[in-house]
Amino acid sequence: MAVDTMTPVQAKARAIVPAKRESQFGLMWRRFRQHRLALVSLWVVAAFYLVAVLAEFLAPTDPSAYSARYTYAPPQGIQLIATEPDGSWSFQLHVNGYKTEIDPVALRRTFVIDPEERIPVQFFVPSKPYLLAGFIPMSVKLMGVTEPRAPFYVLGADRLGRDLLSRLIHGTRISLSIGLAGVTLSLFFGIIIGGFAGFYGGWFDTAVMRVVEFIRSMPTIPLWLGLAAAMPKDWSALQTYFAITLILSLIGWTELARVVRGRFLSLRTEDFVTAAQLDGASDWRIITRHMVPSFMSHIIAAATLAIPGMILAETALSFLGLGLQAPIVSWGTLLQDAQNIRTLATAPWLLTPGICVVVIILSMNFFGDGLRDAADPHGR
Amino acid sequence: MVGYIIQRFIAMLLTLVAVSIVAFAIIQLPPGDYLTSYIASLSATGDQVDPRVIENLRSQYGLGEPFYVQYWKWVTGIVQGNFGHSFEWKRPVWELIWGRLGYSILLEGLAVVVMWLVALPIGIYAAVRKYSLGDYLATIGGFIGLAVPNFFFALILMYLAFTWFGTTLGGLFSPEFENARWSLPRIWDFLSHAWAPILVLATGGTAELIRILRANLLDELKKPYVTTARAKGLPEWKVVLKYPVRLALNPLISTIGWLLPALVSGSVIVSVVMNLPTAGPMLLRSLTTQDMYLAGAIILLLSVLTVVGTLISDILLAWIDPRIRYGGK
Repeated sequence: MAVDTMTPVQAKARAIVPAKRESQFGLMWRRFRQHRLALVSLWVVAAFYLVAVLAEFLAPTDPSAYSARYTYAPPQGIQLIATEPDGSWSFQLHVNGYKTEIDPVALRRTFVIDPEERIPVQFFVPSKPYLLAGFIPMSVKLMGVTEPRAPFYVLGADRLGRDLLSRLIHGTRISLSIGLAGVTLSLFFGIIIGGFAGFYGGWFDTAVMRVVEFIRSMPTIPLWLGLAAAMPKDWSALQTYFAITLILSLIGWTELARVVRGRFLSLRTEDFVTAAQLDGASDWRIITRHMVPSFMSHIIAAATLAIPGMILAETALSFLGLGLQAPIVSWGTLLQDAQNIRTLATAPWLLTPGICVVVIILSMNFFGDGLRDAADPHGR
Repeated sequence: MVGYIIQRFIAMLLTLVAVSIVAFAIIQLPPGDYLTSYIASLSATGDQVDPRVIENLRSQYGLGEPFYVQYWKWVTGIVQGNFGHSFEWKRPVWELIWGRLGYSILLEGLAVVVMWLVALPIGIYAAVRKYSLGDYLATIGGFIGLAVPNFFFALILMYLAFTWFGTTLGGLFSPEFENARWSLPRIWDFLSHAWAPILVLATGGTAELIRILRANLLDELKKPYVTTARAKGLPEWKVVLKYPVRLALNPLISTIGWLLPALVSGSVIVSVVMNLPTAGPMLLRSLTTQDMYLAGAIILLLSVLTVVGTLISDILLAWIDPRIRYGGK
């Protein structure tokens, strides 16, 4: 495999420099790096997952902390430069305060950013003690305002005056982890079922493939909705979370099973498998020692490409109100607030979770494509 | 050809049986039996429950009997056109859904047509002018079209229409045409409402079709017969359209089979967002109120829609591609 991908220059270098062997991972990484878009996407995906892990530290406030004073407060943004009335300026991280105005037509209180009022923003502000990622005790947040009761809504507030940024950060954790959990579960089913079908073939293979075809010919959302609607309403947040994961992977396993089966089928007649069989290796050993390592990278690429679908499905289900339920914050439950056109017209910033969905799906797709190309020894 | 169609038809019938089992399983899923909750809701509103009516319903649906007996009663009812009774609306299910289902089919059909009309020229252009500005734009547009969830696209469209033009997108008709008979002004009114959901529905599929068409056509254009045609002095448009495009279309038709499930799925959620009188919002409502016969019937019919659509695409494929027609099995 190493010889295949070596260019003449590398071959020459090898003759002079003492032979340095590269692992399969090293080779893959080298090929992957040539794919610019995939590399950038990898960083984007990594950043998103970092946000998911560090949610409590990064979120300025508690996602469920509400304030009736700041209903639908518009995004403040973060200002870098403070200008004084006399024209001089200096660097100072700050947000602007709000002025309330009464809308003469709708007779409604609306917030307007007040450029006069400056609230300084500081890093590593002390906060109430919390557990980072559930077990590291901490009592500082990355960013915040020190003035008590000062508003800090970088991305705006929702109907109950909750900070959208904080909710978005906590939603990232749920949405991304449900994607991972769903794919892991799908992968588990997919490898077992697809592996059996591909390795042993015969009637089991035919039956599995018919089932896969059948499931894939069904419209997924009605099916998911039907399954999700059967969840008892009194289930706890954790139970719903796992139930949704299970429901998503009930359909998700089909694609992965197909990939695994295809790989098994094509490898089953390879010389090295025959050789292992002639050596008297057991099926288990052939599968785990010889076959799985040779296509693991493909499976990982396929699994990566399956994650966006999972995230999308969760978002869609929660958006329709049959997925995760209110106290859990996910991108889907956040978008649920933006269903109404009246609400959207007053608070378009409620659509930001949707932008996150688009960005993560785009980068996951590019990342997965790059991974698939890099994992293919015969590519290019 | 006939043998192939019969074979596909039998496969479709088997799929339909499987679909009906799944739909019935979903009806059965919620805990408790619907009759109990129906009686509870009737008593709650103060209605007198006639025990004979209850007994009648119980025997009609085979409640309390094993799964297969209930399934059989349900399925034979459907074959005779009896989809059961909606407990919430207190009307037969079929009466409630046939109109809505019609709009679902109409919208999805129009979305397929739009997909093809848009994807065909763009896909051909992107392949023929490979790596041109237009090709890059098509590729980028394709990626974004695939990544934007259609309900999010619908929300953005509604927001933009509201802030820029002050109109609310949504529904399929203006109030005065809601219950009017079909006429030219009504069709015009329909089109002026339906363009938005059709656009939203068609986006993802169009992106996918462009990508597939471009890849197929690029493969075809590399082949020697294209060079031969060019060497013979055929005009360029004829070189491209006469054979390569026709060949590249084959895989495209077979993709309808898996585009349809996505389209039907998408139409459910888009209809909820844009408040369309299709089957989607009714499905959601019936599921939240656990009006399971209605929900099961909608799930069944939506699935049947995709299965039949797939059959049509299979037959089209056989009609277009002689290799399939003459049984190259």
